[in-house]
Amino acid sequence: MDMDSLVEATIAPRLPRIGEPAPQFEAPTTHGTLRLEDFQGSWVVLFSHPADFTPVCTTEFIGFAKAQPKLKELNTELLGLSIDSVYSHISWVRNVEEKMGIKIEFPVIADLNKEVASLYGMIMPGESKTETSRCVFIIDGDQMLRAMIYYPLTTGRNIDEIIRLIKALQTSDEYGVATPANWQPGDRVIIPPPQTQEAAEERVETEGVECKDWYFCTKELPEAK
Amino acid sequence: MACLNPDGSLSSSARELLKLASEPLSPEEISAELATPLFKVRASLREMLAAGLVEERQAGYQATEEGLARVGGVVA
Repeated sequence: MDMDSLVEATIAPRLPRIGEPAPQFEAPTTHGTLRLEDFQGSWVVLFSHPADFTPVCTTEFIGFAKAQPKLKELNTELLGLSIDSVYSHISWVRNVEEKMGIKIEFPVIADLNKEVASLYGMIMPGESKTETSRCVFIIDGDQMLRAMIYYPLTTGRNIDEIIRLIKALQTSDEYGVATPANWQPGDRVIIPPPQTQEAAEERVETEGVECKDWYFCTKELPEAK
Repeated sequence: MACLNPDGSLSSSARELLKLASEPLSPEEISAELATPLFKVRASLREMLAAGLVEERQAGYQATEEGLARVGGVVA
Protein backbone atom coordinates (compact mmCIF):
# COMPACT_ATOMS: atom_id res chain seq x y z
CA MET A 1 0.00 0.00 0.00
CA ASP A 2 1.50 3.36 -1.01
CA MET A 3 1.44 6.37 1.32
CA ASP A 4 -1.55 8.03 -0.40
CA SER A 5 -3.61 4.88 -0.11
CA LEU A 6 -2.55 4.42 3.48
CA VAL A 7 -3.59 7.98 4.37
CA GLU A 8 -6.86 7.58 2.49
CA ALA A 9 -7.60 4.30 4.27
CA THR A 10 -6.75 5.83 7.64
CA ILE A 11 -8.93 8.92 7.33
CA ALA A 12 -11.75 7.37 5.29
CA PRO A 13 -15.05 7.62 7.14
CA ARG A 14 -16.54 4.39 8.41
CA LEU A 15 -19.06 3.17 5.92
CA PRO A 16 -22.62 2.32 6.91
CA ARG A 17 -23.38 -1.26 7.83
CA ILE A 18 -26.52 -3.36 7.85
CA GLY A 19 -28.31 -3.26 11.18
CA GLU A 20 -26.99 0.16 12.15
CA PRO A 21 -28.74 3.56 12.02
CA ALA A 22 -28.62 5.05 8.53
CA PRO A 23 -26.34 8.10 8.45
CA GLN A 24 -28.40 11.28 8.73
CA PHE A 25 -28.05 14.08 6.20
CA GLU A 26 -29.65 17.23 4.87
CA ALA A 27 -29.35 17.79 1.14
CA PRO A 28 -30.72 19.87 -1.71
CA THR A 29 -33.07 17.89 -3.93
CA THR A 30 -35.46 18.42 -6.81
CA HIS A 31 -38.15 18.73 -4.12
CA GLY A 32 -36.31 21.29 -2.01
CA THR A 33 -34.05 20.68 0.97
CA LEU A 34 -34.76 17.30 2.53
CA ARG A 35 -33.41 15.49 5.56
CA LEU A 36 -33.36 11.75 5.98
CA GLU A 37 -35.33 12.26 9.19
CA ASP A 38 -38.20 13.65 7.09
CA PHE A 39 -38.81 10.05 5.99
CA GLN A 40 -39.19 8.70 9.52
CA GLY A 41 -41.95 6.09 9.57
CA SER A 42 -41.58 5.22 5.90
CA TRP A 43 -39.14 2.82 4.33
CA VAL A 44 -36.72 4.49 1.93
CA VAL A 45 -34.88 3.28 -1.15
CA LEU A 46 -31.91 5.64 -1.29
CA PHE A 47 -30.19 4.99 -4.61
CA SER A 48 -27.39 6.62 -6.52
CA HIS A 49 -26.74 6.78 -10.24
CA PRO A 50 -23.56 7.83 -12.04
CA ALA A 51 -24.82 10.86 -13.93
CA ASP A 52 -27.84 12.58 -15.42
CA PHE A 53 -28.46 12.29 -19.17
CA THR A 54 -26.88 8.87 -19.45
CA PRO A 55 -28.75 5.94 -21.01
CA VAL A 56 -28.48 3.21 -18.37
CA CYS A 57 -29.46 5.68 -15.64
CA THR A 58 -32.43 6.79 -17.72
CA THR A 59 -33.68 3.20 -17.98
CA GLU A 60 -33.28 2.83 -14.23
CA PHE A 61 -35.16 6.04 -13.49
CA ILE A 62 -37.98 4.84 -15.73
CA GLY A 63 -37.95 1.51 -13.91
CA PHE A 64 -38.06 3.16 -10.50
CA ALA A 65 -40.81 5.54 -11.58
CA LYS A 66 -42.92 2.62 -12.85
CA ALA A 67 -42.30 0.77 -9.58
CA GLN A 68 -43.34 3.71 -7.42
CA PRO A 69 -47.01 2.64 -6.99
CA LYS A 70 -45.91 -0.83 -5.82
CA LEU A 71 -43.39 0.75 -3.47
CA LYS A 72 -46.05 3.08 -2.05
CA GLU A 73 -48.09 -0.01 -1.17
CA LEU A 74 -45.05 -1.14 0.81
CA ASN A 75 -44.89 2.23 2.62
CA THR A 76 -41.66 2.92 0.76
CA GLU A 77 -40.38 6.18 -0.72
CA LEU A 78 -37.73 6.61 -3.40
CA LEU A 79 -34.82 9.03 -3.06
CA GLY A 80 -32.31 9.29 -5.91
CA LEU A 81 -28.84 10.83 -5.86
CA SER A 82 -26.01 11.75 -8.16
CA ILE A 83 -23.13 14.20 -8.20
CA ASP A 84 -24.98 16.65 -10.42
CA SER A 85 -26.60 20.03 -9.82
CA VAL A 86 -30.28 20.43 -9.06
CA TYR A 87 -30.61 22.25 -12.41
CA SER A 88 -29.19 19.23 -14.22
CA HIS A 89 -31.60 16.96 -12.34
CA ILE A 90 -34.59 19.17 -13.18
CA SER A 91 -33.57 19.31 -16.82
CA TRP A 92 -33.07 15.55 -17.01
CA VAL A 93 -36.34 14.55 -15.33
CA ARG A 94 -38.17 16.98 -17.62
CA ASN A 95 -36.39 15.40 -20.58
CA VAL A 96 -37.38 11.90 -19.44
CA GLU A 97 -41.00 13.01 -19.25
CA GLU A 98 -40.87 14.73 -22.63
CA LYS A 99 -39.00 12.01 -24.53
CA MET A 100 -40.04 8.85 -22.69
CA GLY A 101 -43.46 9.86 -21.36
CA ILE A 102 -42.58 8.96 -17.79
CA LYS A 103 -42.97 11.49 -14.98
CA ILE A 104 -40.33 11.24 -12.27
CA GLU A 105 -42.17 12.04 -9.06
CA PHE A 106 -39.55 11.09 -6.49
CA PRO A 107 -36.92 13.56 -5.23
CA VAL A 108 -33.33 13.42 -6.47
CA ILE A 109 -30.46 14.66 -4.31
CA ALA A 110 -28.04 17.08 -5.97
CA ASP A 111 -24.89 15.94 -4.20
CA LEU A 112 -22.39 18.28 -5.84
CA ASN A 113 -20.18 18.40 -2.75
CA LYS A 114 -20.30 14.57 -2.47
CA GLU A 115 -21.33 14.78 1.18
CA VAL A 116 -24.04 12.13 1.07
CA ALA A 117 -22.10 10.00 -1.43
CA SER A 118 -19.11 9.98 0.91
CA LEU A 119 -21.26 9.30 3.95
CA TYR A 120 -22.71 6.21 2.30
CA GLY A 121 -19.62 5.05 0.39
CA MET A 122 -21.27 5.47 -3.01
CA ILE A 123 -18.09 6.38 -4.87
CA MET A 124 -15.90 3.51 -6.04
CA PRO A 125 -12.61 5.17 -7.01
CA GLY A 126 -11.52 2.08 -8.94
CA GLU A 127 -14.37 2.78 -11.35
CA SER A 128 -14.74 6.54 -11.16
CA LYS A 129 -13.66 9.23 -8.74
CA THR A 130 -16.28 11.69 -9.97
CA GLU A 131 -19.41 9.56 -10.25
CA THR A 132 -21.43 7.49 -7.83
CA SER A 133 -21.85 3.80 -8.58
CA ARG A 134 -25.29 2.21 -8.73
CA CYS A 135 -25.85 1.81 -5.00
CA VAL A 136 -29.09 0.98 -3.24
CA PHE A 137 -29.66 1.44 0.48
CA ILE A 138 -32.84 0.05 1.99
CA ILE A 139 -33.72 2.04 5.12
CA ASP A 140 -36.64 1.05 7.32
CA GLY A 141 -39.20 3.23 9.10
CA ASP A 142 -36.98 3.45 12.17
CA GLN A 143 -34.18 4.75 9.92
CA MET A 144 -32.12 1.59 10.31
CA LEU A 145 -30.07 0.41 7.37
CA ARG A 146 -31.53 -2.95 6.39
CA ALA A 147 -29.85 -3.88 3.10
CA MET A 148 -27.34 -2.60 0.56
CA ILE A 149 -26.81 -3.43 -3.11
CA TYR A 150 -23.89 -2.21 -5.21
CA TYR A 151 -23.81 -2.44 -9.00
CA PRO A 152 -21.05 -1.16 -11.30
CA LEU A 153 -21.45 1.70 -13.76
CA THR A 154 -22.08 -0.59 -16.72
CA THR A 155 -24.97 -2.59 -15.31
CA GLY A 156 -28.53 -1.47 -14.70
CA ARG A 157 -30.25 -2.68 -11.57
CA ASN A 158 -33.11 -5.15 -11.30
CA ILE A 159 -35.95 -3.09 -9.85
CA ASP A 160 -38.11 -6.19 -9.25
CA GLU A 161 -35.38 -7.57 -7.01
CA ILE A 162 -35.41 -4.39 -4.94
CA ILE A 163 -39.18 -4.73 -4.48
CA ARG A 164 -38.77 -8.42 -3.62
CA LEU A 165 -36.08 -7.55 -1.08
CA ILE A 166 -38.31 -5.01 0.67
CA LYS A 167 -41.20 -7.48 0.76
CA ALA A 168 -38.88 -10.12 2.23
CA LEU A 169 -37.56 -7.77 4.91
CA GLN A 170 -41.04 -6.62 5.86
CA THR A 171 -42.23 -10.24 5.98
CA SER A 172 -39.32 -11.14 8.27
CA ASP A 173 -40.21 -8.23 10.55
CA GLU A 174 -43.89 -9.09 10.70
CA TYR A 175 -43.64 -12.85 11.22
CA GLY A 176 -40.19 -13.36 12.76
CA VAL A 177 -39.13 -15.64 9.93
CA ALA A 178 -36.40 -15.78 7.29
CA THR A 179 -36.87 -16.16 3.56
CA PRO A 180 -35.10 -18.72 1.39
CA ALA A 181 -33.27 -18.19 -1.90
CA ASN A 182 -35.48 -16.80 -4.66
CA TRP A 183 -38.36 -16.38 -2.22
CA GLN A 184 -41.45 -14.67 -3.55
CA PRO A 185 -44.52 -13.57 -1.57
CA GLY A 186 -46.75 -16.61 -1.06
CA ASP A 187 -43.83 -19.04 -0.91
CA ARG A 188 -43.05 -20.97 2.25
CA VAL A 189 -40.79 -19.20 4.75
CA ILE A 190 -38.02 -20.50 6.96
CA ILE A 191 -38.45 -20.74 10.70
CA PRO A 192 -35.28 -19.67 12.52
CA PRO A 193 -33.35 -22.71 13.85
CA PRO A 194 -34.28 -23.69 17.41
CA GLN A 195 -31.83 -22.74 20.13
CA THR A 196 -32.39 -25.72 22.44
CA GLN A 197 -32.78 -29.47 22.09
CA GLU A 198 -36.27 -29.25 23.58
CA ALA A 199 -37.29 -26.64 21.01
CA ALA A 200 -35.81 -28.79 18.24
CA GLU A 201 -37.88 -31.79 19.33
CA GLU A 202 -41.05 -29.72 19.60
CA ARG A 203 -40.39 -28.07 16.26
CA VAL A 204 -40.54 -31.24 14.20
CA GLU A 205 -43.87 -32.15 15.83
CA THR A 206 -45.55 -28.78 15.22
CA GLU A 207 -48.55 -28.88 12.93
CA GLY A 208 -48.10 -26.96 9.68
CA VAL A 209 -44.33 -26.99 10.01
CA GLU A 210 -42.46 -29.01 7.43
CA CYS A 211 -38.98 -30.08 8.49
CA LYS A 212 -36.28 -31.65 6.32
CA ASP A 213 -34.36 -31.92 9.54
CA TRP A 214 -34.57 -30.15 12.90
CA TYR A 215 -32.63 -27.11 11.66
CA PHE A 216 -34.40 -26.76 8.30
CA CYS A 217 -38.09 -26.12 8.84
CA THR A 218 -40.52 -24.14 6.71
CA LYS A 219 -44.13 -23.05 7.01
CA GLU A 220 -46.77 -21.16 5.10
CA LEU A 221 -47.76 -17.70 6.21
CA PRO A 222 -51.44 -17.11 7.04
CA GLU A 223 -52.29 -14.99 4.00
CA ALA A 224 -50.63 -17.48 1.66
CA LYS A 225 -53.14 -20.19 2.62
CA MET B 1 -41.87 20.99 -2.13
CA ALA B 2 -39.69 24.01 -1.63
CA CYS B 3 -41.95 26.67 -0.16
CA LEU B 4 -40.19 29.87 -0.96
CA ASN B 5 -39.12 30.75 -4.48
CA PRO B 6 -35.81 32.60 -4.98
CA ASP B 7 -37.74 35.85 -5.42
CA GLY B 8 -39.40 35.38 -2.03
CA SER B 9 -42.80 34.43 -3.44
CA LEU B 10 -44.59 31.31 -2.23
CA SER B 11 -44.73 28.13 -4.28
CA SER B 12 -48.20 26.89 -5.15
CA SER B 13 -47.81 23.92 -2.78
CA ALA B 14 -46.83 26.31 0.02
CA ARG B 15 -49.92 28.39 -0.65
CA GLU B 16 -52.10 25.29 -0.46
CA LEU B 17 -50.50 24.26 2.81
CA LEU B 18 -50.91 27.70 4.38
CA LYS B 19 -54.57 27.90 3.40
CA LEU B 20 -55.16 24.50 4.92
CA ALA B 21 -53.31 25.35 8.12
CA SER B 22 -55.66 28.13 9.19
CA GLU B 23 -56.51 25.63 11.94
CA PRO B 24 -53.82 23.61 13.74
CA LEU B 25 -53.07 20.35 11.94
CA SER B 26 -50.55 17.57 12.39
CA PRO B 27 -48.11 16.80 9.54
CA GLU B 28 -50.00 13.53 9.03
CA GLU B 29 -53.31 15.37 8.65
CA ILE B 30 -51.79 17.84 6.20
CA SER B 31 -50.27 14.98 4.24
CA ALA B 32 -53.64 13.24 3.99
CA GLU B 33 -55.56 16.41 3.11
CA LEU B 34 -53.15 17.51 0.40
CA ALA B 35 -52.40 13.97 -0.83
CA THR B 36 -48.73 14.84 -0.46
CA PRO B 37 -46.06 12.50 0.91
CA LEU B 38 -45.38 13.04 4.59
CA PHE B 39 -41.66 13.68 4.01
CA LYS B 40 -42.51 16.65 1.79
CA VAL B 41 -44.91 18.07 4.37
CA ARG B 42 -42.31 17.78 7.11
CA ALA B 43 -39.68 19.52 4.97
CA SER B 44 -42.14 22.27 4.05
CA LEU B 45 -43.19 22.87 7.63
CA ARG B 46 -39.55 23.17 8.66
CA GLU B 47 -38.96 25.76 5.96
CA MET B 48 -42.14 27.65 6.83
CA LEU B 49 -41.32 27.61 10.53
CA ALA B 50 -37.95 29.20 9.78
CA ALA B 51 -39.67 31.80 7.60
CA GLY B 52 -42.22 32.59 10.29
CA LEU B 53 -45.13 31.49 8.12
CA VAL B 54 -46.33 28.74 10.47
CA GLU B 55 -45.96 28.10 14.16
CA GLU B 56 -45.99 24.91 16.14
CA ARG B 57 -48.79 24.61 18.67
CA GLN B 58 -49.82 21.78 20.93
CA ALA B 59 -52.52 20.72 18.50
CA GLY B 60 -50.27 20.90 15.46
CA TYR B 61 -48.97 23.42 12.97
CA GLN B 62 -50.91 26.58 12.24
CA ALA B 63 -50.35 29.43 9.83
CA THR B 64 -49.17 32.64 11.48
CA GLU B 65 -50.78 36.00 10.78
CA GLU B 66 -48.02 36.65 8.29
CA GLY B 67 -48.54 33.25 6.69
CA LEU B 68 -52.27 33.82 6.30
CA ALA B 69 -51.74 37.32 5.03
CA ARG B 70 -49.45 35.94 2.31
CA VAL B 71 -52.30 33.83 0.97
CA GLY B 72 -54.99 36.44 1.47
CA GLY B 73 -56.53 34.57 4.37
CA VAL B 74 -58.42 36.00 7.29
CA VAL B 75 -56.62 36.05 10.58
CA ALA B 76 -58.80 34.29 13.14
